[in-house]
Amino acid sequence: MALRGAELKVGEVREQVLVEDLTRTQIVQYAGASGDYNPLHTDEVYARDTAGYPGVFAHGMLAMGMTARAVTDLVGDGSLTRYGVRFKSQIWPGDRLTARVTVAGLRDDDGVGLVDLDVVTVNARGEEVIAGYATARVE
Amino acid sequence: MGQFTFPVEAGQIMLFARSVADPNPVYHDAERAAEAETAGIIAPPTFVQSSAQYDPDYPLRPRTGEAWFGSGREPSGVTEPASGGGRLHAEQHFEYFRQVRPGDLLTVTSVAGKTWEKTGRRGGKLLFEEQVTEYRDAAGELVVRARGVSVRPEKPVEQGAN
Repeated sequence: MALRGAELKVGEVREQVLVEDLTRTQIVQYAGASGDYNPLHTDEVYARDTAGYPGVFAHGMLAMGMTARAVTDLVGDGSLTRYGVRFKSQIWPGDRLTARVTVAGLRDDDGVGLVDLDVVTVNARGEEVIAGYATARVE
Repeated sequence: MGQFTFPVEAGQIMLFARSVADPNPVYHDAERAAEAETAGIIAPPTFVQSSAQYDPDYPLRPRTGEAWFGSGREPSGVTEPASGGGRLHAEQHFEYFRQVRPGDLLTVTSVAGKTWEKTGRRGGKLLFEEQVTEYRDAAGELVVRARGVSVRPEKPVEQGAN
């Protein structure tokens, strides 16, 4: 169901746990589905011994994709008009990720009701891993 | 500028939705999706990233018969990093004009956007590059516009991008 603007209050915050314990297998699953096989994300030996990281880390786009669920669970399916994020810190296997979606504003654009959302995903240490915005049509 | 064709298939949408841990039936269950407001299966918001599967020049996919920069007998299969391999994703933005659905045949066109430099937290130079990608349907109508920003980090564990 498309969301009714009247059901939303500016400043309202919804939190949703996206993953309790991010696994290397899920990162590999995302690599396979998205086609981004960068060994920084899929190959512990390469990530550590060649690239100098502690190990593999997730695609930023995996976090953006998981975070989209929290947005569409709130606003409904097929109603997004825009969605964007900055990747702020790396996402590691074992991370617990929580999305925090805040109603930033409600507006009318030529008769189309829109809700603007602030979208942030944090890890268990409270660090923002991605931060951005989304806009969706509301009734 | 690169251009290629991206056929959208229900199976790929299902696999992509699984990979981002989204069990929403509108991404995989044709019967329930038909009864939903979407009137059929749609793709998740970031699905067009998987157009990389169809990009003939995509650098982050191993190719039969060519050296791959990931590990095999050695920690890397090449002595020089692959193009794109050392860059990290700094920003991603999508604008949606209509839903992506199974059966869509999208034409994907990418152009280089702005570039700019910043000084990183450790004093090194960070070079940012923007790329704008349009996904158009068989009728030429714009379906999704994407803008990505990538950055080459000054040190491997520079935080602030992935």
